[in-house]
Amino acid sequence: MTTKLFGEPIPRREDERLVLGQGRYLDDLGRQAVAAAFVRSPHAHARIRDIDVSRALDVEGLIAIYTWEDLPGLVAEPLPLLIPHPALTHGRTAYPLAKEIVRHVGEPIVMVVATDRYVAEDVCGLIDVDYEFLKPVVGLEEAAQGVHLVHEDVPGNLGAHLVQEVPARDGRSVAEALESAPHVLEFRLDIERSASMPLEGRGVYARWDADDRSLRVYSSTQTSTSVRMALAAKLGLPLPQVEVIAPDVGGGFGVKIVHPWPEEILVPWAAITLGREVKWAEDRREHFISSAHERGQVQHIKVGFDEQGRVLALDVDILHDHGAYTPYGIIVPIITATQLLGPYKIGAYRVVFSSIYTNTVQVTPYRGAGRPQGVFAMERTMDRIAAHLGLDRTDVRAANFIGPDEFPYDQGLIFQDGRPLIYDSGDYPESLRMLKELIGWDDFPAMKQAAAEEGRRIGIGVGCYVEGTGVGPYEGGHVQITSDGRVHVSTGLTSQGQGHETVFAQIAATELGVPFEKVSVVTGDTRRFGYAVGTFASRAAVMSGNAIALACRRVREKALKIAADALEADPRDLEITDGVVHVVGAPAAGIPLATVAVLSNPLRYAFDEEAQRATQFAGTADPDKAPLEDEPGLEGKDYYSPIRSTFASGMHAAIVETDPDTAEIRILRYAVVHDCGRLINPMIVEGQIHGGVAQGVGGALYEKMAYDEHGQLLNASFMDFLMPYVTEVPHIETAHLETPSPLNPLGIKGAGEAGVIPVSSVIAGAIEDAEGIPIMRMPISPSDLYDLRRATD
Amino acid sequence: MKPPPFDYHAPTSIEQALAVLAEVGAHGKVLAGGQSLIPLLNMRLAAPDHLVDINRVAGLDAVEAEPGGVRVGALARHAAVERSAAVRSAQPLIGQALRLVAHPVIRNRGTVVGSLVHADPSAELPAVLALLGGSVRLARVDTERDVAAEDFFVGPLESATEPGELAVSAFFPALGRRTGTAFVEVARRHGDFAMAGVAALVGLDDEGAVMSARVACISVGPAPVVVDVSAQAPDWKAAARAVQDRIEPEGDIHATADYRRHLTGVLAERALTQAAADA
Repeated sequence: MTTKLFGEPIPRREDERLVLGQGRYLDDLGRQAVAAAFVRSPHAHARIRDIDVSRALDVEGLIAIYTWEDLPGLVAEPLPLLIPHPALTHGRTAYPLAKEIVRHVGEPIVMVVATDRYVAEDVCGLIDVDYEFLKPVVGLEEAAQGVHLVHEDVPGNLGAHLVQEVPARDGRSVAEALESAPHVLEFRLDIERSASMPLEGRGVYARWDADDRSLRVYSSTQTSTSVRMALAAKLGLPLPQVEVIAPDVGGGFGVKIVHPWPEEILVPWAAITLGREVKWAEDRREHFISSAHERGQVQHIKVGFDEQGRVLALDVDILHDHGAYTPYGIIVPIITATQLLGPYKIGAYRVVFSSIYTNTVQVTPYRGAGRPQGVFAMERTMDRIAAHLGLDRTDVRAANFIGPDEFPYDQGLIFQDGRPLIYDSGDYPESLRMLKELIGWDDFPAMKQAAAEEGRRIGIGVGCYVEGTGVGPYEGGHVQITSDGRVHVSTGLTSQGQGHETVFAQIAATELGVPFEKVSVVTGDTRRFGYAVGTFASRAAVMSGNAIALACRRVREKALKIAADALEADPRDLEITDGVVHVVGAPAAGIPLATVAVLSNPLRYAFDEEAQRATQFAGTADPDKAPLEDEPGLEGKDYYSPIRSTFASGMHAAIVETDPDTAEIRILRYAVVHDCGRLINPMIVEGQIHGGVAQGVGGALYEKMAYDEHGQLLNASFMDFLMPYVTEVPHIETAHLETPSPLNPLGIKGAGEAGVIPVSSVIAGAIEDAEGIPIMRMPISPSDLYDLRRATD
Repeated sequence: MKPPPFDYHAPTSIEQALAVLAEVGAHGKVLAGGQSLIPLLNMRLAAPDHLVDINRVAGLDAVEAEPGGVRVGALARHAAVERSAAVRSAQPLIGQALRLVAHPVIRNRGTVVGSLVHADPSAELPAVLALLGGSVRLARVDTERDVAAEDFFVGPLESATEPGELAVSAFFPALGRRTGTAFVEVARRHGDFAMAGVAALVGLDDEGAVMSARVACISVGPAPVVVDVSAQAPDWKAAARAVQDRIEPEGDIHATADYRRHLTGVLAERALTQAAADA
């Protein structure tokens, strides 16, 4: 049996558990806990005059009702602004329970604790809140005019304003380069809101041990370590007395990296205050109106270019809707502004964004995290240039590519990690060649002509992106081999279904030379690993994967040293195969890692037969040396901290058909060329791409947040918020290119978000090709396309 | 998303069910397949004091051929009706419509009669009943009445069923001689309520000329809109224009009123063409 598992399409070991319904999600835990529910604002903008609970007090099963006035100390303070930035001059965060003013439908006002969720919701229905209505600020451009304010002390509703400019290589500014460009185009693009929408909502379950004075919290989070630190700080508890565990998590896609959510503080606080286990599991309506959305932007673009379509100057002005609060800072528009450039080296670049408050749900990263908007801007620009010049769309892109010999390539901007935006590696011309071959780009005109002769309309679209992945600051890994030969791997970041148990085990098995089955992986449990950042930004494989590999290398070194003593060999002559340390070429004469683990821990007491080998009269130790030279145990811990992000890339193409009569839009083919450096598990990477493309199809054709002028979300259910079913997602054809990252030991790049990023731009390009009508706003529905056709007639 | 408190009744005979319904009157709701009622309860959009679960009532799940048509009992699930040979031979339009109703898991649980009583103007089965001129049998203690489809669908989510009554079955007339049917619709996603949809019924004479042509349109009015287009036949484009003149679509977040009107015209032409070819 081989132990070379890195790069193999090993089936996901978590699937049996998850597919058979044996997952352990938040609401599967704490069946004996009492339940929390919340009174949430039905109004987008209002002052709370009074909260009357008198009608609710007689409900059988009621345990407690809390408003903001009941909250003590730091619990009553506004939630933290997680990522401050100098340009975010007017950052604002919510109180855990509303204090005086509510700023979006869904903002929590009252927490009710009752014997079960049914009773808790009954109580919520009997609490009367008296509101004074304030003018709701809805719609990005209206909000930017600042006639009415979301926060009284934020003029113009302007939370942040950031200008970044990179002059051309010859030093000319954007204005100068635009002035002299042979061709200039100017246009506007609109992107609607969508949301992460994991099938499992958020959830918190807290247990307070009054005797031990310790708190255990389970949260459906993307960062248990940071929730833990926030809780210890807010509740004034010693850090070692707080443990936070992310159980199986039914998807995150970004929304669960935000923390601490109001409920993440309130539920543990209530558990301590009441001395009872308390649980809250978010329901779907709560998720729509109380969690987070993303995407919504209006972009004004001015581009100057030459006869070959080379971009000489690009001036982008972005209005970004960040909703009512900014707990996650301005990461989303920063990523839009910086990742917009994609695989291209353009002349002068200037990007300005204004991040605007509205009386809507807050905007925080959702898979892609601002990139789909940036790629939409850039790829629509490439298509407009091609249309203007009458050139092939792929030729215009190729004319602007950074060459394979130009890495590392510095885009001259500051990325979301505060580090220079320097691409580490890539091969964009090869990606494009592969994609054109995969989709049959050059044969398409004939295919389109043949379809037209049958009265059918088809079109093809293409989109390219570069994705900064694996942002720091760090992750760690701990690896322990116990005397039964089992390998226990842990890392602090969390899992939401990505397949970490499989890929981290592949890495460990490969590094250590042990059978895959011997390796178990634990993530997101602060009892096992206390230091971590979290799972977001396509970083888990890069960060924890490398940290685990480095930790494994420490363990391996230690194992070889101990085994060398026992075998009277030179450690440099040893290798590990199938969990046995042996002299290279002589596997029969080795000793198992289980035995090495026993020897690594000098014992006085033999707890079993195997352990007798390590006791003091066993005669294995050198009497002239101290029994313990290193730390006891066959274990190691290490951290990986990159100098900066590593940049994955990809290109997608689609063929769509539009019905000339009904305006229905159908994706006939979808092709992806993807480069995330060395592949740990191609099957899992493809799964990530499939899921991402599915979400991208949602964003392109189906999903929007339909707010009315009062700030009511009209489609806050799965009946009206249209996530694509399997019937709407096309078969996805995938090809991999592997340009290793020079930045990390494993040569890998992130793959988590990639699939979603260019989909809207690709589908827009394909529809435009089929219809001959500019598509400047996404998503697009049949009804929208019908309107566009009539407007063009 | 938990329902408010209610009293739960689980009668095992039709007599018990009618007695309970008589007692609870306007404060009761009947639970059959629950595919619409349970979400309404969970979202607290409906808050009946009494829930009368008829799933244990014997004898309500029959699907039987009767002279001139097929009778579907109150507990017959969509899936059972879809698979029924009696239904297939008596009236193919029912199967054509059921394939468009939501998804298989919903059809395994949802009932045909429940869909009729729910009277959603976007639902397929009310359009089928209206197009065919079928009826619904409403029972109350000691009496029952048959209500014709044209009187049954009163408005959006409103049928002629009165407090104390239980819809025990629905009757779908059989397909006539040399008659064809079709049901076409366009939904945002597979299985969603349609933005527009048209059921068509076209009858030919012995020479193959169109004798009668009618359509029923969904999602374009407070109830299924039935339009007789025999006068326009076989000019289905003209028929489609006549249909467009009769419907009263409204816009919502999924489609504008103009688009629904346009789409209904396209679908009417397609449905009539298919039904005529099928006759």
